[in-house]
Amino acid sequence: MNFSTAKLHNNQTIHTDEVPLFREDTFCDALSELLDRKMRICSFFGDRIDQDVVKLYAVCADDRGGVLHALCGLFSHGSFSSLTGRHPQAHLFEREIYEQTGCVPQGHPWLKPVRFPTTQHYPQCPSVSIGETEFFRVSGDEIHQVAVGPVHAGIIEPGHFRFQCHGETVLHLEISLGYQHRGIEEHLVNGPHPATPFQFEAIAGDTTIGHMTAYSRIVESLCGYSAPHSAERIRAIALELERCANHTGDLGAMAGDVGFLPTMSYCGRIRGDFLNHTALLCGNRFGRGLVVPGGVGFGMDAEREKTLTERLSATFEDFLGATNLLWESASVMDRFERTGIISRETAQSIGLVGPAARACGSLHDVRLDHAQGYYRFTHIPVCTADSGDVFGRGHVRWQEVRESVDFILRELATPDTAGYRERGLCSPVENGCRSDMFTVSLVEGWRGEICHTAITDKTGKFRCYKVVDPSFHNWFGLALAMRGQQISDFPLCNKSFNLSYCGFDL
Amino acid sequence: MLEIIKTRISQGHRTARYPKVQPTLPDRFRGRPVINQDNIDAHTLETLPKLCATGALCSTASGGLTLDMGKCLFCGRCDVCNPSGKKAVTFSNDHRLAARSRDDLRISTTQNSVAPSRLDDERLRLFRRSLRLRQVSAGGCNACEADINVLNTLVFDLSRFGIQFVASPRHADGLIITGPVTKNMALALRKTFDATPAPKVVIAVGACAISGGMFAAHDQVHHGAEDLLPVDLFIPGCPPHPYTILDGLLRLLGRID
Repeated sequence: MNFSTAKLHNNQTIHTDEVPLFREDTFCDALSELLDRKMRICSFFGDRIDQDVVKLYAVCADDRGGVLHALCGLFSHGSFSSLTGRHPQAHLFEREIYEQTGCVPQGHPWLKPVRFPTTQHYPQCPSVSIGETEFFRVSGDEIHQVAVGPVHAGIIEPGHFRFQCHGETVLHLEISLGYQHRGIEEHLVNGPHPATPFQFEAIAGDTTIGHMTAYSRIVESLCGYSAPHSAERIRAIALELERCANHTGDLGAMAGDVGFLPTMSYCGRIRGDFLNHTALLCGNRFGRGLVVPGGVGFGMDAEREKTLTERLSATFEDFLGATNLLWESASVMDRFERTGIISRETAQSIGLVGPAARACGSLHDVRLDHAQGYYRFTHIPVCTADSGDVFGRGHVRWQEVRESVDFILRELATPDTAGYRERGLCSPVENGCRSDMFTVSLVEGWRGEICHTAITDKTGKFRCYKVVDPSFHNWFGLALAMRGQQISDFPLCNKSFNLSYCGFDL
Repeated sequence: MLEIIKTRISQGHRTARYPKVQPTLPDRFRGRPVINQDNIDAHTLETLPKLCATGALCSTASGGLTLDMGKCLFCGRCDVCNPSGKKAVTFSNDHRLAARSRDDLRISTTQNSVAPSRLDDERLRLFRRSLRLRQVSAGGCNACEADINVLNTLVFDLSRFGIQFVASPRHADGLIITGPVTKNMALALRKTFDATPAPKVVIAVGACAISGGMFAAHDQVHHGAEDLLPVDLFIPGCPPHPYTILDGLLRLLGRID
């Protein structure tokens, strides 16, 4: 490697000048070389400096070394050379850069819209109405298309799925989103604004703790402040509760999708129990108001810790009873196993994250590789599988619930009296961000890696704020998992990922 | 099979006895806000509205406060003591928030009772014992959606009240909408509404669907469902507690008072 990058750890803030600036002709080669060396793209985005110039930033993770590499490049000719052909994991990032800045990735195999934004900030940006796109077509006498959405048949967010089928077999699935686009990133410019923390809580409502923890750490790092240890402990407990609630709900939904009703009905309730445990901490089932920049909005007390221990133990027993049925039922296992397979090589080449990646044998978990906050002092075992199928994803998520509950109960067994308060443990930090800084925050949400990147201007306001929800990496994984599957297995495959529409659309 | 039966016995019967028995909500749950006139002073009128990120809390010309539950995120930031140690705004444990009119969501010191929310006689006759709803998420963050979905679980067992969520608007008596209604979902929402046979009801769930919530200032979204459609019931919250939603549905149908 004959170039250098900025090496930083998770939640570290550096001056923007410390991010090495590459020339137009070397930036893409440098980024490509990092990816050749088995690093992953965490974030890759553009910041339009003026009419003619776009600055591209990339953050790559070296998971084994626990290091993040940052680099940037200036592009003044309206284009850069696409990496997608060599590194498929770049495909959506490059499409997003084109959509948001108008800078064209030359050589991109299919430069389609990502979110169909309703506002065009620069004349170079494409202007396309929602859903108006040419879908990949398979042709032949017996080929037919199935179009689903944006309004789906259940209580679920909107998105469009276009299947190319031969009989029951899906040859190709294309997923077209953008219906949930609320303009979150655009409105973060010059922030934080008064509504900003609430918007982060609602980037994906089922990942309130995950995204809010990432945002809080961005602000804290920009201010040169660390949240109190007791606050980090409460954040970690809440993050694991969020993981338990969502994994449990999805295991139940997967059971429902194969017509196994006992587990479906029990898990629906048990998921609610986990949400109620979060409400015990902060009054809201999704953890609204619990994580705040500077710390947490609500403290603990002895009585609360005792109640949580008792209730969580009971919930866990119910969870095991309800989910063990899955693994013992031949009819369920027959549908779970060898359905929706993704190989480890595919997972790595498309940059899959979270339980979906771990189910393919990728040993990657932010809590271990880029440990921050409370995870620096405690370890939660990383759960993997090697089958890469629906069973693998389900089983990894089942194991993660067990490990998370084990962690929470272990923590509650040794009370932390420093965290005993009625109101929160936090200092107001939101207005103290340092100027001209660059920072990255990774959090292992229940779907996988959440990555926030912030760059401040000379007044300490956000010049650019980039959010990458794990769904951004993983939707393409769902599309690939469906190849060669029966279309009737789509709900099952979909639930085994359960990706976020609004987290993607922002 | 034996394991399934054993598990069935150990999981027990978990359906709540609501509405005969009122739910017990967590001590930190923030339900219906209460404005205490006696605790309002000049300092309060000056500072409290500034703490509100969505403009739900406003001071009035007559020296009082009003709180618009349609905009309120129930974050509790205004639930703070003034310098004399008293609170002008507190949040009660009362989960009953839904109202038929947007005005009834604006509470003040003088007006803060559970608003009437019964449907008109004609639709009540049709829907009282059987209501089929099509849910449309139009920019919802999946929290409101999750707390609507949870009504289908055995804890709430929504179908015992004759209410069901259906897959097609053609099978539905109305829509239950979440999210601020993004510009990108406006057409799909309109088409879903048009596909629902009349007479129909429209229910807006959550601060976003009522007022745009924390996204109200964005050009990418509308200010809730009312921008596009006539709304029959507003259920505030961010997200509303499942019992808040259930209470709203049951009062709309005159099943509880």
